[in-house]
Amino acid sequence: MNWLIFALVFWLGGWALNAYLANSPWRSALIVRVMIPVVFGVTLLVLWEGTVRAFGVSPVILPAPSVVASTFVASTDILWEDFQQTVLKGAVSGFLIGTAAAFATAILIDRSAFLTRGLLPIGNFVAALPIVGIAPILVNWFGFDWHSKAAVVVVMVFFPVLVNTVQGLRETDAMQRDLMHTYAAGYFDTLIKLRLPAALPFVFNGLKIATTLALIGAIVAEYFGSPTRGMGFRISTGVGSLSIDLVWAEIVVAAMAGTTFYGLVAWIEKRVTFWHPSHRTSN
Amino acid sequence: MRNTLPILAVLGALVVLWYVAVAPMNIRGALDVADRGGAEVIPPESRDRFETSIWRLMVDNPEQIAAGYSLDRPRLPTPGQVGQELWKTTGDMALKGRPMSKRSLIYHGWITLQSTLWGFALGTALGMAGAIAIVYSRVVDMSLMPWAIISQTVPIVALAPMIIVLSSQVGIEGRGVPKAIISAYLCYFPVLVGMVKGLRSPAAAQLDLLKTYSASGVQGFLKLRLPASMPYLFTSLKIGIAAALVGTIVGELPTGAISGLGARILIGDQFGTPLAIWSALFAAAILAGTLVTLLDLLQRVTLRRMGMLA
Repeated sequence: MNWLIFALVFWLGGWALNAYLANSPWRSALIVRVMIPVVFGVTLLVLWEGTVRAFGVSPVILPAPSVVASTFVASTDILWEDFQQTVLKGAVSGFLIGTAAAFATAILIDRSAFLTRGLLPIGNFVAALPIVGIAPILVNWFGFDWHSKAAVVVVMVFFPVLVNTVQGLRETDAMQRDLMHTYAAGYFDTLIKLRLPAALPFVFNGLKIATTLALIGAIVAEYFGSPTRGMGFRISTGVGSLSIDLVWAEIVVAAMAGTTFYGLVAWIEKRVTFWHPSHRTSN
Repeated sequence: MRNTLPILAVLGALVVLWYVAVAPMNIRGALDVADRGGAEVIPPESRDRFETSIWRLMVDNPEQIAAGYSLDRPRLPTPGQVGQELWKTTGDMALKGRPMSKRSLIYHGWITLQSTLWGFALGTALGMAGAIAIVYSRVVDMSLMPWAIISQTVPIVALAPMIIVLSSQVGIEGRGVPKAIISAYLCYFPVLVGMVKGLRSPAAAQLDLLKTYSASGVQGFLKLRLPASMPYLFTSLKIGIAAALVGTIVGELPTGAISGLGARILIGDQFGTPLAIWSALFAAAILAGTLVTLLDLLQRVTLRRMGMLA
């Protein structure tokens, strides 16, 4: 029981510290804004550890974070192999192909108002569909290796990026386009100098949605057949063979990969669309 | 509806493209069937055919292309075949008086719909509660919001088999609860973000006005913040319910599920019946479309009643 009490006290202490920091004069300092969520996360981990130890939860059901951490360190080679297979080969290549295809399609259909009016509602509808379900079909078509995973990812990321890019390309108003016209700018000049930059916030919105979808697609597709490596493979076999600590280690890898991938896109967005009101710093 | 014509045109083009794609996708299957039936095909050996490109096969065996449109187990079924299968497992079964048979997609759709709605209700409640806490407490805002964002970059599907194992170990029977948890996880975030935006949307002047009326915090919430958040809420709900359906289907995919649209997809994969997969996929798409449309109607009616519809 001591563990539980300790964990609860620790959690309360962390919360009190956060409450103090959030209402203190330094609350807008960067370090405090980073520290508060970190402290919150650490208290949750301690609460988890304490609960597992206090109630003697079997490691087959829910391993403690410390056990997961030691498994993680002990099996980095397996985790790295799975990471390469699922994230680098499956998710990233599918993401690049899918977003490039969606971007090109968006620019092409943007030239025709008729096509835009027809495709936008359909794209919006398809983006809301449970596309992961096509995973077994594509695994059947492209085989067990990473190609089929990349194909699932391509289909999953295509529509969100397409819809967002098309919407972004319509963002410029008539006045701005008229101005480009008075400069005697042609279609490509207008596209590159005015409309694409104006569309970038929307494009990045779609890309950020796509990062999460890419990982989901690559992992789910592995449930339907994969070579004997990959995060989805390891998770589904790990659940079957009760090596739950390894499954949690894979989940940690998936979480880190997802967050890094998202963070990377968000970082590029910040560098590229620094002029946008939502990224301006108010001095 | 000035968009109707373009939408129909694009849909028509997609169906035509689909029909055209069926020929190259199914030529191998059609030739194998014809070969087994004793017909002359070029090349006659199935191993040679495997190494020949599909275009070459189509040029050499033009009379077999048509057979690719009526295979039992096609690589790519025609829209007509999918429609027939869909009708056979829904409307036809209902007409025969057993709409809830285990082979009926109405039954499986109903299972999926139940989990989706439970997950949606749970996720929406969590999202709204979180949003209220975030708007009213700075501590919660600063500690919870980054984690809410991070939670969405974690691929929940990695957790899905885990959640199912955990809940069965804890002694929860059946798949309903874990599926609902997975869909709630996917659906709470759009609601949370939309509600935070909505609850913060009243201008400072409006909040000040309420203060001059000496309105209490609860009154300020019920009379200003909550009504102001409605348009945001409904937009997020539409995203949320689509996400909840995705969550349920993903929850049904890991091995072992027997009922639900996701399980139909899995079983169709294991038994090599592509038509079952395709019809389950389309049933899921129809379900998603119906749910989003219903919420859209609800949004219009509510906002019109509140006088907020432009």
